[in-house]
This record gives sequence, C-alpha cells and structure tokens, in this order.
Amino acid sequence: MPQFDKAAALEMADGIKKLVPPAGLSLMEVCGTHTFAIAKSGLRQLLAPHIRFLSGPGCPVCVTAQEDIDRALLLAREQDVIITTFGDMVRVPGRTGSLESLRREGADVRVVYSPLDAVTLAAHTPAKKVIFIGVGFETTAPAVAVAVMHAARRNLKNFFVFNLLKTVPAALRQLLDAQGLKVDGFILPGHVCAVIGTKPFNFLAEKYNIPCAVSGFEPQDILLAVTMIAAMKKSGRAQVQNAYTRVVAEEGNAKACEMVERVFLPCRAKWRALGEMDATGLALRKEFSRFDAAVNFSLPAVLSCEPSACRCGEVLLGKINPAQCGLFGKQCTPSAPVGPCMVSSEGACAAAYHYGG
Amino acid sequence: MADNKEVVCMAHGSGGARSRALVQELFLRYFTSPALARLEDSTVCKVSTGRIAMTTDSYVVTPLEFPGGDIGRIAVCGTVNDLSVKGAAPKWLTCAFIIEEGFELSRLENILRSMKAAAGEAGVEIVTGDTKVVQRGQADGLFITTAGVGEVADGDELSFDLIHEGDAIIINGPVGGHALAVMNARHGFGLKGDIKSDVAPLNALCRNMARAGGLHCVRDLTRGGLAAALNELAQSAKLDFTVSEENIPVEPAVASGCALLGLEPVYLANEGKIIAFVSPEKAEAALAAAKNSPYAKDARIIGRVGAKGGRVFLDTALGATRVLRTGETEQLPRIC
Amino acid sequence: MCLAIPGKITAIKEGIAEIDYGGASREASVELVPSAKAGDYVLVHAGFAIQILKTEDALATLEEFRKINAAV
Repeated sequence: MPQFDKAAALEMADGIKKLVPPAGLSLMEVCGTHTFAIAKSGLRQLLAPHIRFLSGPGCPVCVTAQEDIDRALLLAREQDVIITTFGDMVRVPGRTGSLESLRREGADVRVVYSPLDAVTLAAHTPAKKVIFIGVGFETTAPAVAVAVMHAARRNLKNFFVFNLLKTVPAALRQLLDAQGLKVDGFILPGHVCAVIGTKPFNFLAEKYNIPCAVSGFEPQDILLAVTMIAAMKKSGRAQVQNAYTRVVAEEGNAKACEMVERVFLPCRAKWRALGEMDATGLALRKEFSRFDAAVNFSLPAVLSCEPSACRCGEVLLGKINPAQCGLFGKQCTPSAPVGPCMVSSEGACAAAYHYGG
Repeated sequence: MADNKEVVCMAHGSGGARSRALVQELFLRYFTSPALARLEDSTVCKVSTGRIAMTTDSYVVTPLEFPGGDIGRIAVCGTVNDLSVKGAAPKWLTCAFIIEEGFELSRLENILRSMKAAAGEAGVEIVTGDTKVVQRGQADGLFITTAGVGEVADGDELSFDLIHEGDAIIINGPVGGHALAVMNARHGFGLKGDIKSDVAPLNALCRNMARAGGLHCVRDLTRGGLAAALNELAQSAKLDFTVSEENIPVEPAVASGCALLGLEPVYLANEGKIIAFVSPEKAEAALAAAKNSPYAKDARIIGRVGAKGGRVFLDTALGATRVLRTGETEQLPRIC
Repeated sequence: MCLAIPGKITAIKEGIAEIDYGGASREASVELVPSAKAGDYVLVHAGFAIQILKTEDALATLEEFRKINAAV
C-alpha cells in the first residue's frame, strides 16, 4: 500500500524551495495543532530557511485571558463543585496556582475527553455541581453546544459551562488591522474550516491580498498547503485555496453550525495579549443561561496582569519567536511555565522547547 | 479462603494476634519462602558473589487493577527489573504493605496471587515483609514498597560509563501501552481495544543479552518513557544519541488511542520495556539472544550512539532531524 | 485547536456510533453528521464526529503537488 514517505516529502520540499523567492516566505499558521505538527514532524527544519513558520494565536489555552484562568480557579474552590476540563487547561498558571495545584489542595478537578462526559458525570452526581471549562475554537464549539442541549433535554440542574470559546476569522482581521501583522500567507486551520467552511476566511485574500491555503495536519497536507501558497505568491494571485479536500467542503458542516447558532451568539471577547475584540467570542444565549457558570456563580471582576517579563503576547502575534523571549528555557520551561505559550504542548514556546527550531 | 465481605481493619496492622493471623493465613499462602515463614525480624541470605545490587521502589498506582496487570505485579517486576538492568541477578525481595482500613480481603488476596506469579516467573523469593494499616483516606486503597537484592558477578555490572560512540541502541518491544491502559482505566476515557500494561520481569531477557557479549548499559523505560530514559543516559554518558522514528515500535491500538487523546507514545511510561546499549559488532547477536524471550519478540535496533555531547536526536519519518527532549511533565489528553 | 482523527463507523445506535481507529475504538456522537452510516469514515473531535471523510488515496497530496508544480 503506497505511503507518503521520505522521498515524497523531499520531492515536495524541493519543489517548494524552488518556488519560493530568494528572501523566502513567512507563513502564519493559526492553529496550535499545526504548530505542534510542524515542530514534531521536522517540517520546520525540512523547509528552513526558505519557509519561516510563524505561530499565530491559535492555541485556545494560550489565548485565554489571565483573568479567565483566575476565574476558573475561583470556581474550582467553590463548595461541592467538580471541575471537568480538557487536559490542555490543567497546568495553565493563574495568579493563585493552576487547576492541577488546586487539585493537590483538595479541589475535585477531572480531565475529560469530551464535554458529553461532563454531562454524564453531572447526571450521575446530582449532589455536586459539575462545571465544564469550555475552551476551544469553532472546531470545539459544536461539541459544547450539543452538550448543553443534552443537559437541557435531561433537565439537569447541576451542569454548567464556564464558556471561554473563541472564533478565529475576526481575530485575524484584528491582527492585520490593528496589530500590524505582516505575513506572506496564511495556513488556515483545517478542522475549524471543516465546521465553518472556507468562506469566512475569503476576506484575507479579497481585502488584504494575502494567499491562504486550508491545511490538514499530516506533514503531506501541510506541504501541499505551503506549495499552494508559494505557487499563488509566484503568480501574484491571492485566494483561499483548499489543500484538505478530503475533509473540508467550502460550505463546511451546516448541521454543526446550526447547533452552534442555536446555543451561542457571537460576542466581544478578551484574548490574552490581543485585548478585547468584537465578534471573537461565543456567548450562551439567554435561554441557556441556567447552564452558564458566569451567571450562576458569583465571580468578582478579577483584575489580573500578565507577568511583566512574559512576552507570550508578541509570540502569539508572530512578532518574536520563542527564543527571543528572555524567559524562554530559563525561568519559563514546560515544568515551570510563566505564560500559556509554554504550558500547552502546542503553544509556540512549548513546541520550540521540545522540538527545537 | 477469604470471605468476600471481610475487610482489613486497624487491628490487622497493630502487630498483635490479628496481624499475625493475617500474615499466616493470607500472606504466607502466597509468599511461600521457608525463610519468610519463620516470621523473624530479619532474614539471613547466603550470597554467592562479592558484590550485591540493591534497589527499592514504592508503588502507588491507581487504579490498583488495570488491563494487563495490577499493583502487585508491578511491585515485583519493577524491582526485579531495576536490579536486572544493572547486570545483577535478582534473588530476594522485601515487601511492605500500607493498607487502607476497609480494603477487601478478597481483593488483597488477588494482588498477592499476582505477586506470587510474578515472583515465581522471575525466580525471586520474597523473604521479609511488613504490614501496616492506616485509617480510611490515608492511602489510596493500598501502597506497596519493595526492595530487592541481586547478585553481581565480576564483569557483569552494567553502567552508562561503558556506553561508547558507535554502540547500537536496542529496544525490546513496543512502547506506551502501560501508561495508556492505566490512564484509560483511571480517568474512564472509554477507549476499547488491545490496550494493556506490558508489566513483565525482564531478568531472563537481560541475562540472555549479557551472555551474547558487548552489553554495556541497560535502562528500563518507566516514568517519562523512552524519551526520558534516552535523555538521562545521554546526559550521564555525555554522548549524543540518534534514534529513528520509524524504528520505534508502537502497537496499532496504542498508536490509535494516543492519536485520539493527543498523547505521544515516546513519553509514556512502560513496565516491561528496556533499552540496551551494545557494541556494534555484537548488536545482531544481542538482538538474536533477546528474541528468545517472550518479552522481546519485537526487539529491534532503534538508533546509535554518536560523538561527545549529551543530546538526543530523532530522525523523523519525513527525513528531517530534530531534538527529542524529555517531555517535562506527565502527559495529559488534549483537544489542541 | 483541532486535534481530530479519522475513524470508521462500525455501528450506530441512537445517535452514538462505535468508531474504530485502527486497533482502538471508542464511542462518539454522530449528531453533527446525521447522514453518516456504518462503514463511513468520519473525523472525530472531543467525542463528536464533525465531518464525513471523502476517500482519497495515500498519495493524492503528492499528485496534487505535482500538478501545481507543473502549472507554475
């Protein structure tokens, strides 16, 4: 059975290098899973120095505002609460510790694979309040929406979502408009597009004239996406092309979008390092507010500052690479992270630390 | 035979009549060393070599039982393996139990049965022990601490000092199964399939490989997995290692389960895996000798020792080379 | 942000599918892909199938690359 192998990878890498102008190309990927895949597979090394990968704000943990992390920790300290969370959030440092350190102090914090597991847990433990920490982007939003609908259908009184969901396209617009981002192309998040389709990203090509390719996560998918961008660059075209046709349809998954629409509406959200941006978050609709942890628990307005020497913000914007942060590898390491870019295995800093490049 | 409803109580750990009854009626049924049966404060052992190796570990795994094994089997095999990788022939084990009040005796019996089987397979004797009982909530059901003594014949001792540039790095089989099985059981992640602990005694395997000649160093791949073991040894030996991603074996069910949860097999703990550093001219012979063991059917060379340094490099499936670091913290499932 | 892997639906019951990932299997909701049926390959994220996969052979990306390269 034919496999994509070293020879194929080399052929594509060589082809890309020939397509690229002498100064090379800077491409931003906006999905933490891409950061991880590029680092782990050795693609960064294979394509250097012709292609420089910048990691954009695509790791949901990395873009979660410090104050939201601190609010999650407050929830964990509440009486009779079980915190359910994806593993990604467990070690993120807030001002007063992390979910993991609170667990050591006696808080009930459990890792789940799916938000549905949190709903099932709530149904089985009526004496406890089960709060699901809802981080993620458009790939994850449908799952959280369905979980809320299940909880509603089962008439659960003890299931809550601490909703930190965010959306990508408007954030990219903000990066280009207000934050001075300059890139030669975007590698677009394949699984976000599987849900929302490719059209929400068309503005990148139409308004900003930046070539984009929707990419999967296998090395060959990323290589194809890079090829497409390089070819567009060479011929002076700017479009959103699809390098992941086995998964991504232009119109996305209508059913999934409908579920999200039913439960959430777009809202202003605060992103770490990028500040508040319109239409970059998802808020639970009023009819589901009984599941909203922010409404059902008293959470004070927590004013947190991000640690001053922490440069996660600039890393998230692709302005510096991890090694340029003074704390990288010294005070800030995966076992003692200062900022979220080091905690999540696909934060740019964690990826750089573990996999080099 | 212990009644299903009987449980361990504080009196069992107090050293009085009930303690003695528990030991005699339960423990001694499974730990059959004549020396142990004397129930003296110490056991005297006759050593045949000039030097002995000693090791100890505490076992606190949860859950206590998981696909492929239980805390008892790990407590015996872990200590047997720590001795074996040093080039020692494991002989005698100690065994101390800290049991939570209320622990079912039938469950304890199953664990003892498991330890008996493991000790029997490894050819080691449990010659002395201790039992304490603590109040509810002070132990996660059961903690076991074992210490082991092994005999080291002259010339048999293995060490990272002996690793040389050019040595072949051999692994005895696929990685990641143990940690994935335990994690799946502990957190209820719902994975189904052939995912089980590889916990096994590897003294016979180590002995066979040593006999083939050229064996310099062996390390078991426990916490932190293959990546941690390679990095620790590279730093100790101050040599660079290069391993090839395509040669690192992972069973399909483990690969799939890890992919679903977002885990990396090279960082996951094992309880029946070793890496061995063998001089290049003896590598094939060492492999052949390894494959005689039921725990090394899939043994293979995964890499080579390079020149002075201390880092570990991975040749990826794509043909690029990158650094392979220790994964610094315990792996957790992720969505991103 | 999007760890999701492909798997094959082996059975569906009341909106929950048993999905085989090649050795390991797990349940997932197929509520988001209502037209999916046993035998289909789906992409699964956080316990939900989020898209039905089109079959493509392993070297399709290489072929696509060659086409683009030739056209530039």
